[in-house]
Amino acid sequence: MSDPRHLDEVRRRQRTRALVTALILAGLVVLFFFVTLAKIGSMHGA
Amino acid sequence: MIAAESTAPLPASARDLFALTKPRVMSLVVFTALCGLIASRAPIDPVLGFTAILCIALGAGASGALNQWYEADLDAKMKRTAQRPLAAGRVDRSTALHFGVGLSAFSVILLGLSTNWLAAGILATAILFYAVVYTMWLKPNTPQNIVIGGAAGAFPPLLGWAAASGDVSVLPAILFLIIFLWTPPHFWALALFVKTDYAAAGVPMLPVTAGAKATRGQILLYSVALAAAAVAPWPLGLTGAIYGMTAAALSLAFLALAVRVWRNQATEPAGMGPEKKLFAFSILYLYTLLGALVADRLLLA
Repeated sequence: MSDPRHLDEVRRRQRTRALVTALILAGLVVLFFFVTLAKIGSMHGA
Repeated sequence: MIAAESTAPLPASARDLFALTKPRVMSLVVFTALCGLIASRAPIDPVLGFTAILCIALGAGASGALNQWYEADLDAKMKRTAQRPLAAGRVDRSTALHFGVGLSAFSVILLGLSTNWLAAGILATAILFYAVVYTMWLKPNTPQNIVIGGAAGAFPPLLGWAAASGDVSVLPAILFLIIFLWTPPHFWALALFVKTDYAAAGVPMLPVTAGAKATRGQILLYSVALAAAAVAPWPLGLTGAIYGMTAAALSLAFLALAVRVWRNQATEPAGMGPEKKLFAFSILYLYTLLGALVADRLLLA
């Protein structure tokens, strides 16, 4: 019933998507940190 | 559990999800938005400038995903688009819809929070205009689809400008007009040599409904209007000679190619060299014109 190649491909795609999602989330954490600093800086400058 | 997983459809790959955003279109959007942002000469923190361009790119990607979600059946009928992730069955429709709606909301909210809500409002309008007005309403119903739908592609420089400066003045409005007038000759040149594709899919593109001769006449008319709009910022005193001379030279070349298209009688793609040249040149035209605008505005500053 089970096709090992199909299952391997599902697992491979899940791993890739999880990795890409983790990288995007890490990138957003860094971006939001710097956006917050920039916004605070612009409020003090105004 | 294992048996159920082994027969389940494959999840969309990260590459296919990326392809949903139409990366090639996105690169033009990023470039035009960046030109609008720099040409505004408004002081903006580099991090906020980067975030603005990222949001505009994500908004364009969301529009592309929603467009492909709605047009999956249509794309499957055309050779040019049959290998897109949805048309080829590599991504299911609900994934594309969720991806597009989620990306739209994220890009608009982040743009509003990081720059200003005028820019966010324009981005939301651009996404809705492309996904609803153009994709769902105009494209399947009228041969003027490209003319009015072209407005969706004309938003990025306006967006870049609004994100940096918080307002919209005459020059970004002219930039909007330039891309609006550039779109019909650009797409109709393509539609002429892929006419059979559009006809097979039942899309009422002008070459399909009005014929090649009428389309070539329209290309020439829009090219004349485009040339006038492209040169206009110079005599209006909004730019200097660097932009003015470049715009004049590029527009003359564009017009020369449009005249060659107008005089062409070919009905088969093999004889449509002028149309292919005009299509290729139109992309170079837009990149160079906006590049000259940025150079001009920076040097004037």
